[in-house]
Amino acid sequence: MIKKTTGLETAPEPIKKIRLTIDGREVEAGPDQTILQAANSLGIRIPTLCHDPRLEPFSACRVCMVEVENARKPLATACSALVQDGMVVKTDTPKVYEARRFALELILSDHPLDCMTCDKCGSCVLQDLAYEYNLKGSRFFKEPDRGIVPDPNTMILRDDSKCILCGRCVRICDEVEQAHALDFINRGFQTVVGPAYGQTLLGTSCEFCGQCVSTCPVGALREKQAEGKGRNWQLDKVQTVCGYCGVGCNLFLNVHKKTGKLVKVTSQVGTVPNDGNLCIKGRFGYDFVHHPDRLTDPLIKKNGRFEKATWDEALDLVAGKFSEIKSKHGPQGIACIGSARCTNEENYLMMKFARAVVGTNSVDMCART
Amino acid sequence: MAGLAASFGSGSMTNSIGEIPYADVLFLLGANPTDAHPIIGLHMRAALRRGAKFIVADPRKIWFAERADYFLQLRPGTDCMLLNAMMNVIISEGLENKEFINARTENYEVLKEYCKDITPERAEKIIGVPAEHIRKAARLYATADKAAIFYTLGITEHVCGTETVRTIANLAMLTGHIGKPSSGVNPLRGQNNVQGASDMGTMPDRFHGYQFVDDQAARERFEKAWGVKLPTTKGLMSPEMFDAANNGRLKAMMVMGEDPVMSQPNQEHIINGLKRLEFIVAIDIFMNETSKYAHVILPAASCAEKDGTFTNSERRVQRVRKAVEPIGTSRADWQILCELATRMGYQMKYNHPSEVWDELAVLASKFFGGINYERIDRVGIQWPCPDKNHPGTQYLHKDTFSRGRGLFYSPPCRPPAEKTDSEFPLILSTGRTLYQYNAGTMSRRSSGCSQIESECFVEISPFDAEMNGIKDGDMVRVISRRGEVQARAKVVGIKEGVIWMPMHFAEAAANRLTVSAYDNITMTPEYKVCAAKVEKDGEKKSKKKTATATTGIA
Repeated sequence: MIKKTTGLETAPEPIKKIRLTIDGREVEAGPDQTILQAANSLGIRIPTLCHDPRLEPFSACRVCMVEVENARKPLATACSALVQDGMVVKTDTPKVYEARRFALELILSDHPLDCMTCDKCGSCVLQDLAYEYNLKGSRFFKEPDRGIVPDPNTMILRDDSKCILCGRCVRICDEVEQAHALDFINRGFQTVVGPAYGQTLLGTSCEFCGQCVSTCPVGALREKQAEGKGRNWQLDKVQTVCGYCGVGCNLFLNVHKKTGKLVKVTSQVGTVPNDGNLCIKGRFGYDFVHHPDRLTDPLIKKNGRFEKATWDEALDLVAGKFSEIKSKHGPQGIACIGSARCTNEENYLMMKFARAVVGTNSVDMCART
Repeated sequence: MAGLAASFGSGSMTNSIGEIPYADVLFLLGANPTDAHPIIGLHMRAALRRGAKFIVADPRKIWFAERADYFLQLRPGTDCMLLNAMMNVIISEGLENKEFINARTENYEVLKEYCKDITPERAEKIIGVPAEHIRKAARLYATADKAAIFYTLGITEHVCGTETVRTIANLAMLTGHIGKPSSGVNPLRGQNNVQGASDMGTMPDRFHGYQFVDDQAARERFEKAWGVKLPTTKGLMSPEMFDAANNGRLKAMMVMGEDPVMSQPNQEHIINGLKRLEFIVAIDIFMNETSKYAHVILPAASCAEKDGTFTNSERRVQRVRKAVEPIGTSRADWQILCELATRMGYQMKYNHPSEVWDELAVLASKFFGGINYERIDRVGIQWPCPDKNHPGTQYLHKDTFSRGRGLFYSPPCRPPAEKTDSEFPLILSTGRTLYQYNAGTMSRRSSGCSQIESECFVEISPFDAEMNGIKDGDMVRVISRRGEVQARAKVVGIKEGVIWMPMHFAEAAANRLTVSAYDNITMTPEYKVCAAKVEKDGEKKSKKKTATATTGIA
């Protein structure tokens, strides 16, 4: 088993002892590292489609091919070929270019060329590579007779026409999430990816983590709720921390530049501590932000009913009442509850408010455990 | 946290999340990471794939239980006994780490004496796990190269929570599985900023950075920094606040971002307390069960609408950033607190949360002195980080414990507060699922989460289902001495005599059933054990009823 790069800073350092040359530059690598990893450590880019650092190498797409001097086979898939002492690798030769271009042409043979209406446009690896390798289409093109799979789940959209069978979704569901909800079905041109027996995802072991969506290099798996709400260049990505559990996953809130609305949540491979992975709540549980139930104005209870008030009215009322109760019953008459959901700064201020402003140590929250 | 703090000198995860995949043995106690901490669960799944061995002690047959080398399906509240029996095996078979015990710990004789009589055979009768499994699990844990313990509220939400935590600490010290990468004791923190809120001193007895209010030197430092005389009287913990509200001693309350009606046990007691208060102000993003009783509600900005920091379970202080403009006229909680303080005559003014951070970092420099917003721009830093050149601390207690020597202490194992009887023969335990979150204010308003799980359920063993004439999918009534709720029965491999319910559903609030019993040190409520019974909900066409109840919040 070839060791994955984990992207986690706490992974033990490999013992570097293999020396090789890539594009004329010498590099040291560990014995279980791949050409791709060694090249990346030099900052040399090798295109990939079926590769995700979270997964074991698969060598399905063949777009990472490189030339290896004096090898039995002159072309190797950089994502899976291990480095060897004295190896001489070239990543940018006419032969490499042609091989990659041909691999891409085969992949494009049943991929619809409808980038102008595709939600993935702008963040699609296949689109970028077709552009880079100057492919306007494929000599072997046959319009796929598949499309969006009917599935009532509200989170993950499956578009079989876009699938390039790189297997990243199947493998991430197997190797990382270990939910085993997806697999390849059928053979040849008929091959699709989906749950067993053609079920919808709702009926399977799927945990709706959306790791499959996060790894899909094309538009075959997409966030259903973000459909039609903006493409990559229209979105600002704001790095922040998930507001649900205590793992503290790093994620990006994708906000539409014009509407200012939260469109979707993504993450990035290599982030600490989640390495681009999220769970159902982190990835799909963000509707609460723009939910119509959100409180928008201060409310004051009058005759048993809440009525809208201005901030000045509400704040003056609270400050007045607190001051009054403090002078009548002493600071011990007031208690404050902070929150494990609020920020550090807010909890600090809450504790400061209770002690310095009210004058009581009665401040607490739910998490003394 | 109090338990670990007493044994080691600080109470938080000793390892980092990134170390999990490299552990050889993972011992999960009262923790269900694949549901409650999904991404920590993912790292554990990576460990599983690498060939790590698992010991799972839990009444529920959780994801890892099905894949564990030893699944110790114990009765709720008997963890302490299990751990002592394991230590009995380790000591009697000479598997303890003598070198570590001599060099790093104190009071070992007390433990040795205490565990002497707690043989696996004796424990078997109480905890309901075969002695031979206890023996094998103990050997596996003791002889591992890198072994890590993970526990959560399944341990702490008991009357004997703190005692059990100290027993866990004993086990780690006995075997020397502490203070190394992938080896340690790891309480997984439940909410996004539980660790941070604890660190920030939102507690009656301490300022932030674990500086106690009865420490005169600390108090004087804060008095100087804040420019006021500070109170010396002991403050109330939250359960005490509601007791004080009930008996009229407390007059007013400010609740920020919490829903005690949903999250505190014995709901009726909480509601009565709130009703007696003269004045309640609630600061929140949604109307919740508690704010219904408020006199003033102040709308807060959500975490997508403000800047600040959260501290995760592995002590990593991370940046929270504003991505969306505050909804309506809502304001960030820190702004609201500043406004209120100023209106009450105490000038509190900051232009940005980073200024608050800089103030608090100086006041607790041992922990946060080296952390500022620039340094944690992309990747957070794990405290303690005392100065600007300090990289942060990946794992704790490396060469020495925070308190110096690790302290063995063997408190007696206490049984849960409420006993089952012929009327209430089952033990009810509660918790979180993968698809929903705590009081449900956020996740139940998420269409995805609610599509997967929209109604309350109760897990029951095939045996107890059979005994009560209940089939999988039946609507049942779950009844305790305090109240009853409706839930759909899920017949699963849970321990016989135990039922389990999630706590996310206001219309079937598990805390209408739970007991007002608390850990006597931390006052953590015992959410994990109360006596209950289930009855089949015969007549009513209950599906319809739940649907109406749900629309109230969705």
